[in-house]
Amino acid sequence: MIAVEEPLHRALGLTDDEYERIVATLGREPNRNELAMYGVMWSEHCSYKSSRVYLRTLPTEGSAVLVGPGQDAGVVDVGDGLAVAFKMESHSHPSAIEPYQGAATGIGGIVRDIISMGARPIALLDPLYFGSLTQHRNRWLLEGVVAGIGGYGNCIGVPTVGGEIRFAEPHSLNPTINVMCVGIAPRERLVTSSSRQVHEGSIIVLFGASTGRDGIGGVSVLASRTLEEGSEESRPSVQIGDPFAGKLLIEASLELAERDLLEGLQDLGGAGLTCATSESASRAGMGAEIDLDAVPLRADDLEVFEILTSESQERMLAIVEPSKVDEVLDVCAKWGLATAVLGTMVPGDGLRITMGGTVVAEVPARSLADEGPVYDRAVAAPEGLAALHDDDPTFATVTVDPREAFLAVLGSPNVASMRTVWEQYDSLVQGGTVLGPGGDAALVRIEGTVKALALSTDAKGRFGHLDPYLGAAHAVAEAARNVAMTGARPVAITNCLNFGNPERPEVMWQFAESIRGMADACRALGTPVTGGNVSFYNESGDSAIWPTPTIGMLGLLQDHRLAVRMAFSAGRSLYLLGETFPELGGSEFAEVALGKVSGRPPDLDLAREAALHGLIAEAAGADLLSSAHDCGDGGLAVTLAESAIAGGTGFAISLPGDVPWYVTLFSESASRAVVSVTTEDAAALEALAVDHGVPFARIGETGGPRLVFDTLFEVDLADATELSEGAIPRLLAG
Amino acid sequence: MREHPRVGVVTFPGSLDDRDALRAVGAMGGVGVPLWHAERELRDVDAVILPGGFSYGDYLRCGAIARFAPIMEEVVRFAAAGRPVVGICNGFQILCEAGMLPGALIRNRSLRFICRVVDVRVETSLTPLTEGLTAGDVLQIPVKHGEGQFIASGEDLARIEGDGLVAFRYCAPDGTIDDAHNVNGAANAIAGVRSDAGNVVGLMPHPEHAVDPDVGPTGGQPLIASLLSRALARV
Repeated sequence: MIAVEEPLHRALGLTDDEYERIVATLGREPNRNELAMYGVMWSEHCSYKSSRVYLRTLPTEGSAVLVGPGQDAGVVDVGDGLAVAFKMESHSHPSAIEPYQGAATGIGGIVRDIISMGARPIALLDPLYFGSLTQHRNRWLLEGVVAGIGGYGNCIGVPTVGGEIRFAEPHSLNPTINVMCVGIAPRERLVTSSSRQVHEGSIIVLFGASTGRDGIGGVSVLASRTLEEGSEESRPSVQIGDPFAGKLLIEASLELAERDLLEGLQDLGGAGLTCATSESASRAGMGAEIDLDAVPLRADDLEVFEILTSESQERMLAIVEPSKVDEVLDVCAKWGLATAVLGTMVPGDGLRITMGGTVVAEVPARSLADEGPVYDRAVAAPEGLAALHDDDPTFATVTVDPREAFLAVLGSPNVASMRTVWEQYDSLVQGGTVLGPGGDAALVRIEGTVKALALSTDAKGRFGHLDPYLGAAHAVAEAARNVAMTGARPVAITNCLNFGNPERPEVMWQFAESIRGMADACRALGTPVTGGNVSFYNESGDSAIWPTPTIGMLGLLQDHRLAVRMAFSAGRSLYLLGETFPELGGSEFAEVALGKVSGRPPDLDLAREAALHGLIAEAAGADLLSSAHDCGDGGLAVTLAESAIAGGTGFAISLPGDVPWYVTLFSESASRAVVSVTTEDAAALEALAVDHGVPFARIGETGGPRLVFDTLFEVDLADATELSEGAIPRLLAG
Repeated sequence: MREHPRVGVVTFPGSLDDRDALRAVGAMGGVGVPLWHAERELRDVDAVILPGGFSYGDYLRCGAIARFAPIMEEVVRFAAAGRPVVGICNGFQILCEAGMLPGALIRNRSLRFICRVVDVRVETSLTPLTEGLTAGDVLQIPVKHGEGQFIASGEDLARIEGDGLVAFRYCAPDGTIDDAHNVNGAANAIAGVRSDAGNVVGLMPHPEHAVDPDVGPTGGQPLIASLLSRALARV
C-alpha cells in the first residue's frame, strides 16, 4: 500500500540517504522508472547491502572451484571433463503469504539459476523450517509448501532427493523455505562470464513466458521487509509459477548451450528485467540498449516501471552473436517458447531503456548491479544469552523414565520420519538416484561414470539460537559428516543465510557470528563457499527466527557401487566412532524430555571432525562397512533406532556403567557416527580408526526384533517403526 | 530378423521419463529410438513407448492434449496393425484419452502425489510386457503419480474384468489383493490394462525405473525383456 503522503522512494523501500546517492550518481533527480529500478536493485535481497562486508570473509577458493560467489550458481570440477553447478535460495517471504505458489516459484527460480550456467538440473533438495504442527496455520503452511514443491518439481523432471524439516516456535510466523538445485554440464559447455566473451553489438534476446503484473516489488516489498499483520495484502507481490513452461525453458536453454549459440545467459528472477539486463551488462563491462516495445505483455496497459520490475516467472535473457540470432529463435520456437529481440550490447556502461521511441530510463548499469550501498551495521550480543547458557540441561536433575524419554525423542517431529512428505516428491526421475530422501545424504549417480554426487542440507536452529558461531560451524560439520557417511569426500558448500531484521544490532551480531563459524568450519574441512543467498527480515513484531544458516554440501563419491547406507543388516558388530561428552545443551532430549532449549551447544573440534570423515571414506573405499549413520539430533539412541528401522532389524547394545544413561543415549556431541561391520572386518576397522586417530568403542551387535538398550529398557522394532513413521501423519491429521 | 529391436519413445513437450525409458531399453539390449511429438515418422521402430511425465503440462486433463499430437495418428495406425504400444503413467493416461484403452485415471484417493516402490501382480501374459511371465507373478516397481486412480463405469469395469483386460494389480508382497496395498485407490486395485487385441497396454507403475539394481528394484526387467522379444518377433 502506497500512502499518499509518503515520498515515492520510501514506498519503494529506499532510504533518504540512498535516494541522495542516486541523485549524486545520475547528477539529476531520477525519474519514476529509474527510481523503481534502483528500488529493486538496491533492495537487501538483490544488493546484499547489510551482508557484503561479512560475506567477503568467507573462504571461496579451492582447487575444485571453477566459479565462486557472484554468479547465478557456484561451479566445481568433478573430473571426467564434467562440472557441477549448485546453489541454494530462500523463498520464505512469498511462502509465508501463499505457501503453494511461494514454494513452487522458489523451485522454478533456483532451477533457472542452474540452467543459466548451461547445466542440466539433476537434483533438488528442500530444507524447510516451520512452527509447531499443533497449530492449524503451521499445518496449512507445511501442506501448501510441500504441495508447491511437488507441484513444480515433479512437473519439470528434476528429482527431489533430499532436504530436511525442522520445527521451532520462532518459525510459526516466519516459515523458512530454502531450495537447492544441483546441475551438471560438460566443462566446455558452461555458460559463465569467464568462459564466454560478450561482444559489442551482440543481441539481447528475451525468451519464455510473457510479462505480466505479477511479482511487482517481490524483492523489495516482500523479501526485504518484515511481515506484519495484514501481510496477506502483499499477495499480488507473490509470483505464479507455470512448471510446464519451466520444463520447456530447461530444454530450450540447454539446447542453446549445447549448440554453442550463447555469449551469455541469465534468468529473470528477483527484480526481473532490470536485474537481468543490468547484471548482464555490468558483468560484460558494457552498456545495453533495450527496447521495451518488444517485450511480450500479458496486459497492454502495463506501465513502464511494471515491465521493468515484474517478476513474472519462466523468462530467460540470452546474449547472442548477431549471426546466430535466427538459430536461437528457431530453437525456442521448437520448444514452443515466445521470443523477443530486446536490444543490443553497446560500449560504455549506460543502460538505456526506450519505449515508443522515447527514452524512459538511462542509468549506469554498474550503479544498479554492483555499486549499491554497503552497510557495516551495528552489532550487539542479545541480552539474556548468559542466562540461557547458565541453565544448562547437562546439569539438570533428570527424573524422566529412560524408555519414555526415548519414545518421546524418537516420535518428536524434529526426529520422526518425514516419509509422508518426501513420498510426495518424485525422487526417481532421471534414473540416477542411488540414495533418495531419508538417509544422511542423497547420492545421485553421474551419468557416464561410476561416480556419484553426495548431497546434504543442514541447519542447527537450537544450537544457533544458543551460540550462532557454533550453530553455523556445527551445520557445516554435520553437512560434511552426512556426505561422508556415504563414503564420499566433502567438496564445497553453498548456503542460504536466514536471519531476522539486520537493522537490529542483535540480529547483525548473530549474522556476524554465524559467518565466523561457517568460515572457520569451511576452512578446516576444506569445503570452500561457492555462493549462496541471504534472507533477512524473517521476523514479525519483535519475534525473529533463530539464526538459521542452512548449509548445502556437495560431496563426491568415486564409485557409487561402494556407497554406504544407513540401514542395518543382522549379525553385524556395532561401533560408535568418536567420543561422547556430557553435552545436552540445545539437544532434542533437553527440549522434549526436560522442556529446555538452553545451555551451551556441544563443542566442535574440527580436526576430530575431519579425522572421522577421513576414516569413513577409507573404510568405505575398502568396502569394510555394512552401514554408517551419523549421530545428530537425538544422539546415539536415535542414530541406532533409525538404522534399525531402515534395515528392518533390531540391535542390542551395552551401556557404560559410569556415565548417566541420558548422556550416553542423548548427548549430541559432535564428530560421531555408528557403523556396523562383519565380525571378520572388525579388526580392520579398529586398525583404521587407530590410524586416523578416531576413538572407537564396540557397543553391541545388530539383529533380532527389538531395540535393546542393555538392561535399561527395550522397544519392539515394529513399535519404533510405527512411532517414527506415524508421528508426522498423526500431527498433520490435526 | 533384427538382432536388436528398435523401440521408439515419444517425447511430448512436458515428457519427463522419456530419457529413462530410452536408457532402460538400451540397458536391456534394445535400441531406443527418440520420437518427436510434432513429427509423423515412427522411424521404422518395432514397438512404441509413450513415456511418463506431464505432457503439455497436463493442462485440461492428463493426456487430453497429447492425444491430438501429430505423431499420435501414426501411433494409432501402428497399434491398429497389431504392433506393440506401451503407455507408462502419463502415457497410460494418453492411451485412455485416445480411446485406445478402456477406463480413465483420476486423482489419487489421498489427493496427494505418491512416489513409492510398490508390489504389482501380473494378471495376464497376453500383453507385450508380460509374454514371458505368468499370471500371479509379483514384481517390485515404483509408482510416482498424482492422478493414477484407475476408474471405469460399472458396465465398463465388468467388461474389463470379464474379458480379461486387467494386466496388473497393486498387491501385497505375497500377491494378496487388499485395500492397504492399493496405493492410489484404483477400482479393483487395477494398475494396468490392455486392449481387446492385447497389443496395447498401459500401466501406472514405471518399469523403466526398475531395471538397474544400482538405483532401485528390478521388477521392470522382465517386462522390458518381454517387450523386446515381442518387438523382435514381429518381422
